[in-house]
Amino acid sequence: MEPRAPDEPLVSVSDLTVRFSRTGQTIQAVNGVSFDLAPGEVLGVLGESGSGKSVTLRAMLRILPAHRSSVTGTIRVAGRDVLALSGAELEDYRGGTVSMIFQEPMLSFDPVFTIGQQIAESVRRHMKVDQQAARARALEMLDRVQIPSAKRRLDAYPHEMSGGMRQRAMIALALACKPKLLLADEPTTALDATVQIQILLLLRELQREFGMSVIFVTHDVGVAIEVADRIAVMYAGRIVETGSVREVIRTPRHPYTQGLLSSTVRGELRGQRIEAIPGSPPDLAAMPPGCAFAPRCKHARDECLRAVPGAVDVGGGHEARCVLLKLAA
Amino acid sequence: MTLLTVSGLRKHFPLKKDLLGRGGGTVHAVDGITFDVAQGETLGVVGESGCGKSTMARLLLRLIEPDEGLIRLEGRAVGTQMPLTEARGKMQMVFQDSFASLNPRLTVEDSIAFGPIVHGLPRAQARERARSLLARVGLEPLRFAGRYPHELSGGQRQRVNIARALALRPKIVILDEAVSALDKSIEAQVLNLLLDLKVEFGLTYVFISHDLNVVRYMSDRVIVMYLGKIAEAGPAESVFGDTRHPYTRALFSAMPSMDPDRRTQQPPLIGDPPNPIDPPPGCRFKGRCAHAEDICGRGDITLTSAGAEHRVACLMTQPGSGHSSAPGKAA
Repeated sequence: MEPRAPDEPLVSVSDLTVRFSRTGQTIQAVNGVSFDLAPGEVLGVLGESGSGKSVTLRAMLRILPAHRSSVTGTIRVAGRDVLALSGAELEDYRGGTVSMIFQEPMLSFDPVFTIGQQIAESVRRHMKVDQQAARARALEMLDRVQIPSAKRRLDAYPHEMSGGMRQRAMIALALACKPKLLLADEPTTALDATVQIQILLLLRELQREFGMSVIFVTHDVGVAIEVADRIAVMYAGRIVETGSVREVIRTPRHPYTQGLLSSTVRGELRGQRIEAIPGSPPDLAAMPPGCAFAPRCKHARDECLRAVPGAVDVGGGHEARCVLLKLAA
Repeated sequence: MTLLTVSGLRKHFPLKKDLLGRGGGTVHAVDGITFDVAQGETLGVVGESGCGKSTMARLLLRLIEPDEGLIRLEGRAVGTQMPLTEARGKMQMVFQDSFASLNPRLTVEDSIAFGPIVHGLPRAQARERARSLLARVGLEPLRFAGRYPHELSGGQRQRVNIARALALRPKIVILDEAVSALDKSIEAQVLNLLLDLKVEFGLTYVFISHDLNVVRYMSDRVIVMYLGKIAEAGPAESVFGDTRHPYTRALFSAMPSMDPDRRTQQPPLIGDPPNPIDPPPGCRFKGRCAHAEDICGRGDITLTSAGAEHRVACLMTQPGSGHSSAPGKAA
């Protein structure tokens, strides 16, 4: 791919911070996340539960509960200041500029309306067309996501479809209004292996065809490798490493990424012990000072606890937040 | 030495008709399964949702009653020659949902000691055993014994479930997707623990998972299930290295490539796994199989030997089966 450096990025997130308050506790879910995304680029966000990957996505769509969460920093998407949007502007943004697909499609559809009605509703809202054109667009989208006998499926209710079909229908709903950015939150995690790969290939194909940017959140390294151009690894609400898929997977520089890759079980390793990361992720209500991974890290030293390590560029846009890299530089 | 023998195991669930008389039918959850498990080995069971792997696990422990079939443990038929309580003491299970499988009102120590007390061990000894097992699974008893399940992380709770499964000193532990809900870094820790415990306590595992990498890593022998039947079974290296059944091949090539320069280009299968309600006769995979021929729909396909201990239920591997790709009779 040619460098897009002079272009304005489609997405620019800087110093995004999300806090949840709950009975006297403050959960530090996202702690200063910054990244840019070029038009047509696919970013895989890799992290375990509690790493803040889903919360980051939800903040970008502005669907976090307003009364319990505080979001600071800036999110710019297609030239708009997302955190300042309200009313009709916010409605245009959601579904028009950006849309999202989830792990559990049953929850994204209203059970009492047919698939066709729900896609058409969104199309009418965003594309300002009549009922007939909206229905035609819905049919076109169901065809496009390779739902067999799409015409009949248009009048099906969500519960009448299998898991894989529902996931396809959700993708059709999300893409019906040609968003510039698709947020995907573990969309294949609940699917069987043979269905998962079909959905991943479909998403890859649609991404190319629509030329949209995608942020694909997953806990599965293999899935990220299948879909992403670039990977951001999150730990305890921070991006600890980012770079092209090849760089991050072949030469991981952050000890957490290294541990995550070595603890991902591969069948060939039978008979050898897995190099597991000891301990467990920090309590987000009581974050350790400095590098949040330090308590589990075999390279940890005093300096790690003093301040959160800054990002060090190790070449070609590959960055990691680790004091070891600064020492080496 | 064979520890567990399962023959002709079958479980069908009839479905209710709705008010209009629609529906009905029968779910063929487990449909005539035969295998055995040797002392000290790990038998991996893989398959997608609806293939019957979890029903099979529950049938082994008689958590549900089989319609047909015989389970022999140490050569004695479970339920007749060996009472159920004795069989359940020798066969224990760890489930996927670590929270739902613990009583929220019992401390972890009480949960672990519960089984041994029911089986007649004096309270003090049962607690002693619970504490030593907690220590063995990596949970410091002084810190953890008095905690309730909600005070633990998912990985810690699964360690408690493993300790509880070991409390009756079982011969066999059935692990039904026991690490599937855990994060990768925690999954690796628990798998290492399971390997250590196996050696230390001389255990035999039945390891059920949808994750082929994990099954390959853990298992000596593997069973691949599809819609209630065994599609392929054999030593792990031959099932993974010399895959014979088209379904197993599809399952393996559906795994993400793990190499950014060699991404998957074609999905090996199209569509979802069919549901196991009233499956058609013949090979259950024929509807999705690229090699299906008319002959595949006729009669039952039996598991047939395809090399040392490797068994396959596919006409393409059976000489003289009538399938055009079948090997010649001489082979």
